[in-house]
Amino acid sequence: MSTKVMHHRPLNFWERIYVPEVARGLWVTSRHFARNLFIHTAHRLGLLKHLQAAVTIQYPEEVRPYAERLRTRHRLTQREDGSPRCVACMMCETVCPAKCIYIVAEEDPDPNIEKRPKSFDIDLGVCVYCGYCVEVCPEDAIRMDTKIMNIASYSREGMWYNMDRLLHPEKEGDVLLKPKT
Amino acid sequence: MPTLTIDGKTITVEPGTNLIQAAEKLGIAIPYYCYHPGLSIAGNCRICLVKMEKSPKPIIACQTLCQEGMVVDASSPEVGKLRQAVLEFLLINHPLDCPVCDQAGECWLQDYYMEFGLYDPKFNEQKVKKHFKATPIGPTVTLDSERCILCSRCVRFTDEISKTHELGIFDRGDHSEIGIYPGKELRNNYSGNVVDICPVGALTDRDFRFKCRVWYLTSTDSICPGCSNGCNIQIHVNRERPHHAKGERVMRLKPRYNAEVNQWWMCDAGRYGYKFIDKDRILIPERREGSLFKEEEWEKLLGSLASSIAALFERYEQNALGICLSPQLSNEDLFMAKKFFEEQLGLPQITVLSPSPEGDQDDFLIKSDKNPNTRGALALGLSKVSFEEIIQRIQKGKIKGLYLFGQDLLALLGESKAKEIFGKLELIIFQGSNQNATSKLAHVVLPSATYAEKDGTFTNHAGRVQRFWKALEPLGQSLPDGEILRRLASEMGTLLEFETPEAIFEDLAQSIAAFRGLSYASLGQEGKLLPDGGKVVARAVRHEKEDSRE
Ligand code: SF4
Ligand code: SF4
Ligand code: SF4
Ligand code: SF4
Ligand code: FES
Repeated sequence: MSTKVMHHRPLNFWERIYVPEVARGLWVTSRHFARNLFIHTAHRLGLLKHLQAAVTIQYPEEVRPYAERLRTRHRLTQREDGSPRCVACMMCETVCPAKCIYIVAEEDPDPNIEKRPKSFDIDLGVCVYCGYCVEVCPEDAIRMDTKIMNIASYSREGMWYNMDRLLHPEKEGDVLLKPKT
Repeated sequence: MPTLTIDGKTITVEPGTNLIQAAEKLGIAIPYYCYHPGLSIAGNCRICLVKMEKSPKPIIACQTLCQEGMVVDASSPEVGKLRQAVLEFLLINHPLDCPVCDQAGECWLQDYYMEFGLYDPKFNEQKVKKHFKATPIGPTVTLDSERCILCSRCVRFTDEISKTHELGIFDRGDHSEIGIYPGKELRNNYSGNVVDICPVGALTDRDFRFKCRVWYLTSTDSICPGCSNGCNIQIHVNRERPHHAKGERVMRLKPRYNAEVNQWWMCDAGRYGYKFIDKDRILIPERREGSLFKEEEWEKLLGSLASSIAALFERYEQNALGICLSPQLSNEDLFMAKKFFEEQLGLPQITVLSPSPEGDQDDFLIKSDKNPNTRGALALGLSKVSFEEIIQRIQKGKIKGLYLFGQDLLALLGESKAKEIFGKLELIIFQGSNQNATSKLAHVVLPSATYAEKDGTFTNHAGRVQRFWKALEPLGQSLPDGEILRRLASEMGTLLEFETPEAIFEDLAQSIAAFRGLSYASLGQEGKLLPDGGKVVARAVRHEKEDSRE
């Protein structure tokens, strides 16, 4: 490996005497403060809406818009009758690099479907959000498009999502933070 | 002996060899579906097409016998094209079932598609729907006739091997369909084999159905302990995903080819007889106090057992402990028992008692002796007395302690007689892998490992010594029988120091005449006959028979 030597510009006289630079820094900070204070107050009064205040997003009151392709909390898609589309082929369970998908298969009473999951759990505490499970699924049965990001729990077991929670992400809707559209 | 050339390589073969077999000898794999070395030739799937010089058309390799001077092209791109076309034809009515199909991962359609297929399907018509979708056609097999490629292997199996004639091909053209004769079901002693030979997912195993994906399985070579035939098998274990079948580890057994023993087949009783490995196991060493069982550490329990046995010898005499060894034990375990009970403790009351009565037999694989190692026990000369004698001595109050190896005396003698006998005993030791009515009445319960959890050898009915390998760790705290005896021996102040089953077998082969010259290396994958051709043993068997007649 070659070493790259960095040459810094030598400080000039005004920089070296220090005090003017301190004053300049204070000025920059105060200017932003005054501007943001003014525009935020104006926003509160319903004025100057076209001007953006600080770039900081006021999470959790405000949520940044997500990119379409962002991978978020999993869900299982449903057939028309509400049963899972998943046929328990175990592709996702096999491909998952974190080994955090746990499926148990059983017979489906309809011989044209044949196989269905008896249970389907994902341990989101272990998931690395790689999205392989979505990519590998031959039935479009699993997606990561719920836009749910704030997954938290007081216990490891709480990070364990069963089939019901995966099929019905909307049930947890009231605690969700969703971007304003 | 014809000499021919395949893909530029020359080979001389026995007359009657077909092109697939000849190519295999040269390391050239010609694909096939309908051909099976154990069945007659049907020549209907056409995937084995090859080109031959001077032949105007491609020929099928399975039905073409090698002739002098043949020049065969088995692997060129043109031949690949032929196979691609055949595959597309075979798959015309095939459903896209791989995600729900148990065969996926070991399916010959998938394999050959990846090797020769990879085409853009040109078939736009409606697929023909067949009648049987996920339909059980017997106690063991499920049929999906849409997945069938009509290779007729299963039909030939029921005609030629099981000779039960349940299956047939019905209707014509692309409505042809595998089916079962009216009023019949696929119910015979060998029905599970049709699942093995079906190259696709048309016939799947009801027992294995949806339990586990095949790519999670690891396979270990073993010997079926279901009867004295000693069929060569593979144990398929799911180590990776314990949640799949409620923690059961063994998912299925498959037959393993051995020309001298079972060829490609095994019986259903053996195939589905693996459940005991994960069910109703004894997991922890226990001692009974009154009606309560108390779990104990191995060391502590064996220590106190050693002093109970010593006390028994002191109060009565060496004759007061009866030993019922089991022909379910391996040669190695039995040899350890011989060393310990016979040579070191000098006990005269030793017998070999089968845990199960004689069962059915046929003229193919199934034998009436339901134990894998009766010949081994006889060759080791372990039956000093008969079981009846032991019972009589217990009734006379001469035997006061009984050491059982897995046998359920309540089932063998009937409940009242067994309980009467137990009433006369001061010490009942039960060493076994699974719970039964007798284990619940024993004073000391020692959990032992099953055959799948240890290395060893069995000697089958014909005197063939065959090796089986450890597929799993012993469940719970169970230990191989030989290891339990080794620990008990050291508690009793005698020494049985062997590091491995191989070392035990080495000593066995040196000290027991019937086994002379054998070693794990010489047994290999197929096993070896006892060197004296089993003559000594045959005499022992006769002797034993006379005994039981008396
Ligand atoms: S996103 Fe990746 S780690 Fe998470 S469940 Fe899917 S495959 Fe597994
Ligand atoms: S890959 Fe899709 S269909 Fe297969 S088990 Fe996973 S979610 Fe179900
Ligand atoms: S038989 Fe083979 S190709 Fe057909 S569905 Fe089953 S796995 Fe797929
Ligand atoms: S069911 Fe299987 S073995 Fe029988 S004809 Fe069809 S593909 Fe061949
Ligand atoms: S294997 Fe030759 S035709 Fe089927």
